Amino acid sequence: MPAQATAETSAADKRWKLVEATMRRNGYRPDALIETLHTVQGVFGYIDREALKFVAERLPVSPSQIFGVVTFYHYFQMKPQGRHTCSVCTGTACHIKGSKALLDDIEAHYDLKDGQTTPDDKVSLLTVRCIGACGLAPAAVFDGEVEGSVTPDLLHERLDNWLAEEDEGNGEEN
Amino acid sequence: MVKKTSQRISVASLDDLVNVAGASQEQEQQYRYHICICVAAGCISQNSDAVRDALIAEVEARGLEDEVQVKGVGCMGLCAAGPLVRVDPDGIVYQSVTVDDVPAILDSLENGPVEKLILPQDIPFFERQQKIVLENCGIIDPEAITEYIAAGGYLALHKALTEMTPSEVIDVVTRSGLRGRGGGGYPAGLKWVTVAKAESETKYVICNADEGDPGAFMDRSVLESDPHRVIEGMAIAGYAVGANKGYIYVRAEYPLAVERLELAIKQARWAGILGNGVFSTTFDFAIEVRLGAGAFVCGEETALIASIEGRRGVPRPRPPYPADYGLWGQPTLINNVETFANVAPIIRNGSDWFAEIGTEKSKGTKVFALAGQIVNTGLIEVPMGITLREIVFDIGGGLPDGRNYKAVQTGGPSGGCVPEQFLDMPVDYESLREVGSFMGSGGMIVMDDSSSMVEVARYFMEFSMTESCGKCIPCRTGTRQMYDLLSKVVAGEASQSELNLLVELGDLLQNTCLCGLGKAAPNPVVSTMQYFEDEYLERLVDDNGSADEPAGES
Repeated sequence: MPAQATAETSAADKRWKLVEATMRRNGYRPDALIETLHTVQGVFGYIDREALKFVAERLPVSPSQIFGVVTFYHYFQMKPQGRHTCSVCTGTACHIKGSKALLDDIEAHYDLKDGQTTPDDKVSLLTVRCIGACGLAPAAVFDGEVEGSVTPDLLHERLDNWLAEEDEGNGEEN
Repeated sequence: MVKKTSQRISVASLDDLVNVAGASQEQEQQYRYHICICVAAGCISQNSDAVRDALIAEVEARGLEDEVQVKGVGCMGLCAAGPLVRVDPDGIVYQSVTVDDVPAILDSLENGPVEKLILPQDIPFFERQQKIVLENCGIIDPEAITEYIAAGGYLALHKALTEMTPSEVIDVVTRSGLRGRGGGGYPAGLKWVTVAKAESETKYVICNADEGDPGAFMDRSVLESDPHRVIEGMAIAGYAVGANKGYIYVRAEYPLAVERLELAIKQARWAGILGNGVFSTTFDFAIEVRLGAGAFVCGEETALIASIEGRRGVPRPRPPYPADYGLWGQPTLINNVETFANVAPIIRNGSDWFAEIGTEKSKGTKVFALAGQIVNTGLIEVPMGITLREIVFDIGGGLPDGRNYKAVQTGGPSGGCVPEQFLDMPVDYESLREVGSFMGSGGMIVMDDSSSMVEVARYFMEFSMTESCGKCIPCRTGTRQMYDLLSKVVAGEASQSELNLLVELGDLLQNTCLCGLGKAAPNPVVSTMQYFEDEYLERLVDDNGSADEPAGES
């Protein structure tokens, strides 16, 4: 499949080039799809319809098939995430050691459920099926960093810090 | 610290291997002391990387760079006591080390051990283990191919390629009695023979590192601590079955394992151990890493193949088995990480050596991940046939805070709960199956009497329900129905007839689902009902739903 950077989406955006590079490395074959989607999510944070279209134009895979793959795998997200993410592990060891109580606590204090993001887009809550840190249960991942023996206090500390952060100066103050 | 460039070596022959090993050992001997710190995921999440950096800084500040080597090593096993630091040559291990302890550890080189941090090595946790798969874990730097070679690495691959025919390699594996460590326990040699006999120009080797069982982290630790061992095992397998291409399918949830694997593959390629003409022979072998994307069902081999091909991870009926018709329709050998990790030692030491370990039908050792209500959470490797009591109470140190043992859960969502009366049973594939559980990949979760077994059964059913791929109806609908019924039991709203329905559904799923996920999904329910029936019965209500009298009729 020849890659033609006709889509205006690719214009001058470095991130699209990274996506393109993954496809090229895998010879634009159909089996490049999952690797490509990992790159998309890695550089954009999520996979939206625009990205889906971009990939479908270049790989010999139809948009509907890609949609099927994206929605099949839990790891892929189609919605933008908050600035920070907290993933609570719900594997067996964590379950036995009280991960459910942690999730209940977050819901009670922050009105946040699995898969939701706070209204100010600062924090997203996710659950994961075992991150293999069972020896340190209950575990959670704060922005990619694994933390073991998590207590409600620790959760509050992390989440409060994130929520108290200044809004990013994206040109406009709010 | 290992310099990255020093890992760009070339080994084309046995002499080269010996030289690299010698040079690496010589370099080690330049130092009087080696401070080894665990940098596997368990300890890293307890800030061991900060401790390592502090150690390096402190060594430099004291001008000891020529005497003291600080190196990151793989998992030492006792995750509960992390971060772990070992000071060689004396082999003193320190536990729960923080950055503040760093000066004291360096002082100890002159003044004797830091008593308050010492983790005794004569405890059963260390003494009762027998390490084959984990022999290098916690000893070598996982990011240095030279250290793997110095520990005897890649000698087995060299031996296989230069001294043995493919059928001789398969013969050794067959006679060793090695069985698949992914859970099923299918004899590895038999699988290898089938793929070797399949006629095709193109064949593949796949390493299943999609460790999906919640509560299992053996494969993660092996990949993070000793990635070259898996590569060597795969290359030997490739030679034996006639494959030139390998894939490692690893979970995206294990970023550190992925990073180390990719580095190890690169180092092996630089060295001429992977690629065209391995060790200057005519054998070519390349390995690629493929990332999973969070689907438990992809641990099933046909689903895994679909995922590598870039599709939804949906299983297909077998036969044909992947050994005949696998990746892109070609004969494919699929083994688990731990299975491949056993291959090099078997080739190096011979089949008799391996067959002497373990029980009559289950040879060798097994790596288990201990977690839950147990003192020594972490990773252990024990000979097959050891009793559960030894694992939980001797090696595991029993339950914390005087809690009472209730059951140990093995095999994840496909397994069952083993109650107290079977604690003295030897742990092997057959015995676990006899008591309604399953070896699985090796997760062991200990539960105390505060755990409700109905809750546990519901937890696993919820897992299977959300992970069902939806292809076959018994699994897609059956797991949902069973989950709803279990929820009613938990809420104290179910009647005896609904409990009967639960049993019936379980039987249906076990007999009619397409793949292992659905077939095994009822196992946690069946086993908890078998051993903890009271807990179900005491929550029942009468069939008309009014009275809450226990419906305890036989």
